[in-house]
Amino acid sequence: MSDHTDDGWFAGLDRGDLDGARAAIETGTAEEPADWPAAAVAAGFASDESDYYTALHEASLRATREAVREREQADDRQLLHSVRALDDCARMANELTERVAEWAGTQDPEADVDIGYVRELAAREPQTPATERVGSLADRVTDLDDEQTRLRAYIERTAPEVAPNLSALADPVLAARLIGLAGGLEALAKQPAGTVQVLGAEEALFAHLQGGADPPKHGVIYTHEAVHGTDPEHRGSAARALAGKLAIAARIDHYSGDYRPELAADLEERIERIRARGSS
Amino acid sequence: MSESNGLPTGVEWRRIDGERGLATRGEPVYGEPTEGSWRRWEPRRSKLGALLARGVDTGLSGGETVLYLGAASGTTVSHVADFAGPTYAVEFAPRPTRDLLAVAERRENLFPLLADARQPERYAHVVEPVDIVVQDVATRGQARVARANRRFLRESGRLVLAVKARSEDVTRDPTAVFDDVLAELSESYEVLATERLEPLHTDHLGVVARPL
Repeated sequence: MSDHTDDGWFAGLDRGDLDGARAAIETGTAEEPADWPAAAVAAGFASDESDYYTALHEASLRATREAVREREQADDRQLLHSVRALDDCARMANELTERVAEWAGTQDPEADVDIGYVRELAAREPQTPATERVGSLADRVTDLDDEQTRLRAYIERTAPEVAPNLSALADPVLAARLIGLAGGLEALAKQPAGTVQVLGAEEALFAHLQGGADPPKHGVIYTHEAVHGTDPEHRGSAARALAGKLAIAARIDHYSGDYRPELAADLEERIERIRARGSS
Repeated sequence: MSESNGLPTGVEWRRIDGERGLATRGEPVYGEPTEGSWRRWEPRRSKLGALLARGVDTGLSGGETVLYLGAASGTTVSHVADFAGPTYAVEFAPRPTRDLLAVAERRENLFPLLADARQPERYAHVVEPVDIVVQDVATRGQARVARANRRFLRESGRLVLAVKARSEDVTRDPTAVFDDVLAELSESYEVLATERLEPLHTDHLGVVARPL
């Protein structure tokens, strides 16, 4: 970025070339500001100062609108990958914890399938070449577990920025999961509530569609307290109510982006009513 | 320059909805009460509004060129654009910038830019020298941002800065944080006035300064 051209954004542009203006505003640089309105008039880009401001208004709106769209899409891509990485780390840490426990069991009668034990093992001074290998493997598992914690912290920080309403209604990790399963916030915002309800339960859904099996009541939204905290008899209604609110939240997040705290209160009220229905 | 009440031309005390408050003339933006073309400037939602309501001389007189750093969703900058001339609004976070765009669409003198106030060379090819820099950025290094943007101020210009103590260090005493910020600021600016913004804005200090 050292080679500033020190031209105004309009240099070399045709009036009305909004794509060119957008690129110039976004990628251009200058070390110092200058009297750009006068320069633009002198260069023939604008007929007078007021004409220059009209052009600038149009160009800055266009450039900023496009830049916002790109940045937001880039942010939801980061979220989508980070939640997949979180799941990968968790799965691998679990698998390797079992491996470490099984192997360590041949050396240590206290061995246990537990990340706490694995951490303890990783901190031990190895006594033999074999305990050294197990200890080293335990180190990798500990690293994976730490990475999982950091990924979760990143998601908890990022999801509320990308999708404030969805993250408030679900927790940030569930919000990120739904965005990941749909393939992005825009894709999620376009899903009907019924689809949001069964995201993550595709296998059960296809089994149902091919005949025979019952339709799934819920996908990943099962992890939400509103669903798993409701007794099984009313769980389908709770899942439907939650999915409806989540679909609305995703649409607000994508299309407007302002935070509406009343959504969470609405949901709470709905779930309470469903739970109060009693047994049929 | 400014009128006897210290308010810029285009900003007035008006009784709207039975309540006296600052107001500007323009399209309503955030559900604020209106009367005719006047709309209330809610000091609770705007640090600059709070400074003006307290009678602090900000150097704003109306009609001048403004660079606003940290425009967020455009609440305050919409009022500034109502009484100022060309107004450049810089915001870094994409989400609030979406709202800012809606505000700017209806104000021909408001130019929104998605940019990082810590990198002024990324927008100096668009922003002209200005009379007033308003800064309200919630990042660490607020004095550094003000110094980096010193280049936009005309010699007779003014910096109107809202310092948020918690953005610098949540654990330290705000007064100590403000002292550090003012000390660093004084390398490029002469501080003309300071005003704590409690209770409207907790742990915020309003600062008016002129470039050295």
